[in-house]
Amino acid sequence: MQPTSHAFVENARDALANPKLHRALLNMKAGFQGKRAKAVAGLPEFEQLRERAKAVKDHTLAHLDTYLERFEAKATASGAQVHWARTGEEACDIIHGICQRRGAQTVTKGKSMVAEEIGLNAYLEARGLNPVETDLGEYIIQLRHELPSHIIAPAIHLNKEEVADAFYDAHKDLPPDRPLSEPRELLEEARGVLRRIFLASEVGITGANFMIAETGTTVIVTNEGNGDLTQVLPKVHVAVASIDKVIPTLEDATLILRLLARSATGQEQSTYTTFSTGPRRHDDPDGPEEFHIVIVDNGRSALLGTEAQETLRCIRCGACINHCPIYAAVGGHSYGWVVPGPIGAALDPGLIGLAEAHHLPNASSFCGRCESVCPMKIPLPSIMRHWRNAGFEAGLGAPSFRYGIRGWAWAARRPWLYRVGARLGRWSLRLLARGKGRLTAAPLANGWTKWRDLPAPQAGGTFHDQWRARQRGAGGPGGAGAGA
Amino acid sequence: MNEQRRTGSADSTAGSRHVGFFVTCLVDLFRPSVGFAAIALLEKAGCRVAVPNAQVCCGQPAYNAGDRRDAQAIARNVIAAFETFPYVVAPSGSCTGMIREHYPKLFAEDPDMRGRAEDLAGRTWELMSFLVDVLGVTDTDAPAFPRKVTYHDSCSGYRELGIKAQPRLLLAGVPEMELAEISQPEVCCGFGGTFCVKYPDISNKMVTDKAEDIAGTGAGTVLGGDLGCLLNIAGKLKRMGATVEARHVAEVLAGMADRPGIGDSEG
Ligand code: SF4
Repeated sequence: MQPTSHAFVENARDALANPKLHRALLNMKAGFQGKRAKAVAGLPEFEQLRERAKAVKDHTLAHLDTYLERFEAKATASGAQVHWARTGEEACDIIHGICQRRGAQTVTKGKSMVAEEIGLNAYLEARGLNPVETDLGEYIIQLRHELPSHIIAPAIHLNKEEVADAFYDAHKDLPPDRPLSEPRELLEEARGVLRRIFLASEVGITGANFMIAETGTTVIVTNEGNGDLTQVLPKVHVAVASIDKVIPTLEDATLILRLLARSATGQEQSTYTTFSTGPRRHDDPDGPEEFHIVIVDNGRSALLGTEAQETLRCIRCGACINHCPIYAAVGGHSYGWVVPGPIGAALDPGLIGLAEAHHLPNASSFCGRCESVCPMKIPLPSIMRHWRNAGFEAGLGAPSFRYGIRGWAWAARRPWLYRVGARLGRWSLRLLARGKGRLTAAPLANGWTKWRDLPAPQAGGTFHDQWRARQRGAGGPGGAGAGA
Repeated sequence: MNEQRRTGSADSTAGSRHVGFFVTCLVDLFRPSVGFAAIALLEKAGCRVAVPNAQVCCGQPAYNAGDRRDAQAIARNVIAAFETFPYVVAPSGSCTGMIREHYPKLFAEDPDMRGRAEDLAGRTWELMSFLVDVLGVTDTDAPAFPRKVTYHDSCSGYRELGIKAQPRLLLAGVPEMELAEISQPEVCCGFGGTFCVKYPDISNKMVTDKAEDIAGTGAGTVLGGDLGCLLNIAGKLKRMGATVEARHVAEVLAGMADRPGIGDSEG
């Protein structure tokens, strides 16, 4: 899927005009925020855990090559096959090759953000395969041919009627009078369909929340159990993960797991946490015959050593998204790419290019709430600022705004000139307000007055003029210490 | 920017505190009475206050636009203008946050300027925090304000500087005033400096939610510590036809709340 991040403003406008979306986002926000707050309050060492988790990831990123190679060695020793992909295309090609070799037609998929990022489903479909998402949310958006709108709740933008419609459309044998008005009924319907697909699937593809270098293990965390069926039932399991998912030890994994579910859904642990080390051994009761791990870079190594490196600490918990007022206003699809919200604004410019994504880091009030809840202490606003700086340097953004800022700054460096400008501005705004105390429209202030009144400056002159006048009147030294 | 509080050393020997007052560009243009109220509070607490002439703005609009060079040039002026003051105080969490948290970062590659920026950062305080955390003020002897009020915590004040308890402590001393908290005090009002004009539709959604939250408290006045947020909130309340007035908290604490509220008619 092509990104539409360049059309963020238009996307957002549509989203803002969609009351159904707002109801959905409101429910999401209230639920996630309250649950996280409770979970964090129940864990007094949460702050220390954050510090330690950050340190673990920083250390790993500083020695990324070492840990990736160690992971490869350990995974290979346990019987897994490790593949390296520089780009999304390469990763898709590798996975397609595996499916082809096994003669697979239907492949099941667990939820994976990197699979979304590299466009795996479209790639496989274009080559005649039938990839089926097994996470309920992912399944729904696959039926609707949409991107996920949230990294842990991909179909959060939909209400249950829209989900039912998607099922009536896609499930051809579904009697039109079959009731699908309750979440339970929707779940049962999806389960029934997916169960048949699970049994027919030749290859199961999952993501990985972690790759543990010490043991060559991949880890997935899910709540529906679909991920386990995806990786255990078929003869072949393919785990696809980006390079930043590697961590040194099992203990590091348990540390970060304590933060992950609490930050995401407010659970102490997700329902299922599954560790996979190698394919099925002869005395294992189940498991795949082949276990492939596809490690994808897709632009991440280029972020190492830059100010955006810290985005690679992200564990995709979604807390920043759940607390973001911009996301709550415009929803995930407005961002036009796979990772929305604050982490998207910090990460996407590095992955899809600043020219495409320059709105995302700009569309922030820098309220800082994302950073305050991020379990990995990623300085999201600072990274957005880094992209703003780069965008300004590169001449991106509306020329009127750029020249406006430069012109204003030119005056703001010259206090005497600025004072003249301020007097003039004050005088004209008061004139336009005609004693009403506020303006409903003002030249050059459309963005403001479109939605709110502009308070008029108070009577009596600018502060500086009044202050100087008082100082003169008092003959006092009140301006003492002041430069000219 | 953690949700944690920065505490300064309480200092009761405030008798000879020399304060350089940073007016902020919005107070200068829109609401000088906030500046005078702030200075009155500082003087009452025993400070000697000066207003350097060479100041304009902290440079945040340029900084947030990604225009580092202009932001640096403006910051250089501010650093020079306030070099000699043991304390610098601004009636804004946002501008204080800019100086305290961001000036040093702005000069990361320039050791000399960085040192001066860090020095200024260490001397700069937001008004409420300075009164309570540095001067140890617990009561401003404000006259009665017989209204139900609510309070908007601005993002930089709250998250960058840990300001939340300080204004409430001082407001608790205002006779006949009742404080009713809004339901989502930690959520941004959608001002965000140039954000509100660059992305007006998104900003509108945010300020609409905020204004409704405020109106829902039944308060007659909303107070806050940042004029940017207050202009935004007042502008929305007026557009909605709400009768809630908006003011800077310093006006009430200094007993200077007799002027019309922000955006209210003077006639
Ligand atoms: S940036 Fe932080 S809060 Fe956001 S998804 Fe990543 S880890 Fe979670």
